[in-house]
Amino acid sequence: MDILNALVLLANFVLVPAISYGSQLALGALGITMIYAILRFSHFAHGDVMAFGTGAVILTTWGLQGAGVSLGPLPTALLALPVGIAASAAVLLVADRSVYRFYRRVKAKPIVIVMASLGVMFVVNGLVRFIIGPNDQNFADGARFLFTVREFRDFTGLAEGMGLRVSQVITVVVTGIVVAVLFWFLNRTRTGKSMRAFSDNEDLALLSGINPERVVFVTWIIVAALITIAGTLYGLDKSFKAFTYFQLLLPMFAAAILGGMGNPLGAVAGAFVIAFSEVGVTYAYRKFLEYLLPDGMAPSGLVQLLSTDYKFAVSFVLLVIVLLVRPTGLFRGQTL
Amino acid sequence: MSEPFLIGEAMTGGYGGADILHSCTIAVEKGEIAVIVGPNGAGKSTAMKAVFGMLKLRQGQVRLNGEDITTLSPQARVAKGMGFVPQTHNIFPTMTVEENLEMGAFIREGEFRDTMEQVYDLFPILRQKRRQAAGELSGGQRQQVAVGRALMTKPSVLMLDEPTAGVSPIVMDELFDRIIEIARTGISILMVEQNARQALAIADKGYVLVQGANRFTDTGAALLADPEVRRSFLGG
Amino acid sequence: MNARSVSMFAIMGALLVLVGFLQSPSVAMGMLNMCLISAIMALGVNIQWGYAGLFSVGTMGFAALGGLAVVLTSMPPVHDAWAAGGLGVAAALAIALAAIIAIVQIWKRMAPGLPRKALLAVIAVGGFFAYRAVLDPAVDAIEGTNTAVAGYLGGAGLPVLFSWVVAMLIAAGVAWVIGKISLGLRSDYLAIATLGIAEVIIAVLKNEDWLSRGVRNVNGLPRPVPYEVNLQTNPDFLAWADWLGLSAVEASSLFVKASYALIFIVVLAAIMWLSERAWNSPWGRMMRAIRDNETSAKAMGKNVKARHLQVFVFGSAVCGLAGAMLVTLDGLMTPGSYQPLRFTFLIWVMVIVGGSGNNWGAVLGGFLIWFLWVQVEPMGLWLIGMVTSTMAETSPLRAHLIDSAAHMRLITMGIILLLVLRFAPKGLIPEK
Repeated sequence: MDILNALVLLANFVLVPAISYGSQLALGALGITMIYAILRFSHFAHGDVMAFGTGAVILTTWGLQGAGVSLGPLPTALLALPVGIAASAAVLLVADRSVYRFYRRVKAKPIVIVMASLGVMFVVNGLVRFIIGPNDQNFADGARFLFTVREFRDFTGLAEGMGLRVSQVITVVVTGIVVAVLFWFLNRTRTGKSMRAFSDNEDLALLSGINPERVVFVTWIIVAALITIAGTLYGLDKSFKAFTYFQLLLPMFAAAILGGMGNPLGAVAGAFVIAFSEVGVTYAYRKFLEYLLPDGMAPSGLVQLLSTDYKFAVSFVLLVIVLLVRPTGLFRGQTL
Repeated sequence: MSEPFLIGEAMTGGYGGADILHSCTIAVEKGEIAVIVGPNGAGKSTAMKAVFGMLKLRQGQVRLNGEDITTLSPQARVAKGMGFVPQTHNIFPTMTVEENLEMGAFIREGEFRDTMEQVYDLFPILRQKRRQAAGELSGGQRQQVAVGRALMTKPSVLMLDEPTAGVSPIVMDELFDRIIEIARTGISILMVEQNARQALAIADKGYVLVQGANRFTDTGAALLADPEVRRSFLGG
Repeated sequence: MNARSVSMFAIMGALLVLVGFLQSPSVAMGMLNMCLISAIMALGVNIQWGYAGLFSVGTMGFAALGGLAVVLTSMPPVHDAWAAGGLGVAAALAIALAAIIAIVQIWKRMAPGLPRKALLAVIAVGGFFAYRAVLDPAVDAIEGTNTAVAGYLGGAGLPVLFSWVVAMLIAAGVAWVIGKISLGLRSDYLAIATLGIAEVIIAVLKNEDWLSRGVRNVNGLPRPVPYEVNLQTNPDFLAWADWLGLSAVEASSLFVKASYALIFIVVLAAIMWLSERAWNSPWGRMMRAIRDNETSAKAMGKNVKARHLQVFVFGSAVCGLAGAMLVTLDGLMTPGSYQPLRFTFLIWVMVIVGGSGNNWGAVLGGFLIWFLWVQVEPMGLWLIGMVTSTMAETSPLRAHLIDSAAHMRLITMGIILLLVLRFAPKGLIPEK
């Protein structure tokens, strides 16, 4: 019984949150890795464009709610996703046309494009704050729980319970669908294959008649979809705040590098490694150990390895370890 | 003499800066094999790139089947029926063999299965390894993928930049056999080769370039027999 | 410097004087101080980017370390806290250091393989638990000591100007570790690693209350200049103020700010002199050769990574110094105030706009961009006020726009950066 209780506890506080956080990171890191594979630079405006797309979703959601539209138990924000994707796609495409394309044409050093993406980051960051403000916004609606801790306890008769929030289930389901569609697209469709070819060998792709501008265009659209969905899921699960989204840049980059820059499968794997480490290291294990250890041996402290304020340090440490031990990442990078 | 199928005539130009080619002429007839040989730095690859449009010409003309294509981009030349196999980086390493061939056919509208079958017939090993990433194959097999990819557009001219660089002599002979086979189907072959002796042996036409200009031009057999060519360029 | 750059500096000076007349001399003087600090920070970044082409986005972290150095050096020690947990903290840090040294040595000396991995893991995990076991009670004891005013170990009670040197050393030390890890890889890995270390440093400052009092801030830092209150009671000073025709309050504020400005100018001049000498030395030429063609420099036998490490450490030390000066000027250390947009990315705008690879350019950029950063907000507010003046007083849109005007400056800075990068990538004062 104690073992079961301990496992349920762990599932409730580590497993489920880490899976949903990992899913959100995975979508963001996929975006970073796609941009890297095709355009070959680290996109620092990523977090802020994510905030922009999510902001558009939030505004649309409020509009829909005001108009009395609802999805029943599901959050209305899902209906608003297309608007958000269109908004972030618009931002990315405008940025590409007005900023990035120039540097691509003159074959600028990647670091110059990275710096240009800083400028874009500034502008988009300002726009987000201008439109939706710097404060926390909550836009989740519909049913909150699939089942609550109490329901779980009553049903199983265990001392510990675990709750499953609708937002967590949606996160995992949506991520699963998005990742599956993305991999299908990259591996099975002509356009997807042409993107992989472009990533593999740009010159030969040109020679084969693949239109680079089209590849870049499609990449931005995919990235827009990925990060808007990631941002919306994150916002539904936690809450929306422009600065938090900027801060997600670090775990997203860490995930992409951990998996091997440019490798989509790696980005997903890296995201889950980061998420599980972050949640696992910042969880206080006292109660968990109380169940497992014999009476009297229970620890007195919280048995929390790091306070949650240090969650970014976890991404950083993992990043450092990868850079030291295997800079190419878990899966070798630069492929799509 | 009638117009050759593909001709780069009196080409002069370079990559900005000084000219590398000096009134250099390269031509190939329908279904024949033309080989460009010469010492290092003679501008062999440059001459081929000029024919393919990867180099801006200051003077001279490139004509394909009588049509002036001097100002066309390499991509446009591919669409006109020219296939090009670069010396290095000529495959998509993380994509499967089959996907490499598919990408070769990217500009083609409609069905290309039969072309793929022809490539597989030509290089049976590729059929076996169709699901394997091209980057994992041996050097010779990768060259086959590269040639196969270029054949997927059903080109009328196939241009090969040192196809046998870095492969063993056995693989080289095998590759030359395949190239002869390709030429027999009516595709013109224009190729730059380091292994001048073997290449001239299969060539209908040979061009010996020195410092970006034509030094000797004759049939492959005649060049091989020419004592001066032998002494200066074929090592005796 | 040519006539063009001299005239640009003259215009910049005129702008500050104009502020003095239009707003107040004290405001202008305050702005000058911030401009000077910005210029030093921009010089630090320029050393990294202009000299070596290194892209670091950790300026915020190094500036914050500089601020921490001021606290640790110049605040009086809190004896009760030291008695309560000083030994424990010292022991914990010793354990951490020992574990890290052990890990590095094992990594270097043992053959790769499973035994090495296992040993490393054991030492890392064991070391971490030992560290926490010793640290936690000590920290509790320290933070429980007189929490309202102290609750931390305090500093060494040394002169505040000396802390600026310490700031450079600490920043340099951290930069060395980060550089060691992330240099020699792809150029953007340094950017990502420094982005990370900056976040981690801020998190440490916010949460390690025993070290920096965290978000409860450290105020009342010692000053290298007199206090206004003391001046206002000094008869000589009052006579002088009277002679100038200023009120005592205004004169004392001006005097303090001017004193700071004087110190800052001396520091800026010193760094400028050193930077220019370095730039024109064989070392500087070699750095530029590496920057412009890394491959050929490598082929010529230059140790590119070691040179990059050097220049990264120098630049970070200068950023640390500027951070220390800023905290000294404010007289308080507020870990919550470090924002990456303000402390990292704004500095980059300064360097790019001023002219990367030119020290004078970086200084001018520091002045100009700080000036705009401060002035764009009221200008944005004014602009929004004009635009919305026709709307109803109660219009929610108008209220929202006026509230949001503050964010105009982010957009403005971004656009300035993009425009300069694209159309004048050499900046206002181009590299010679």
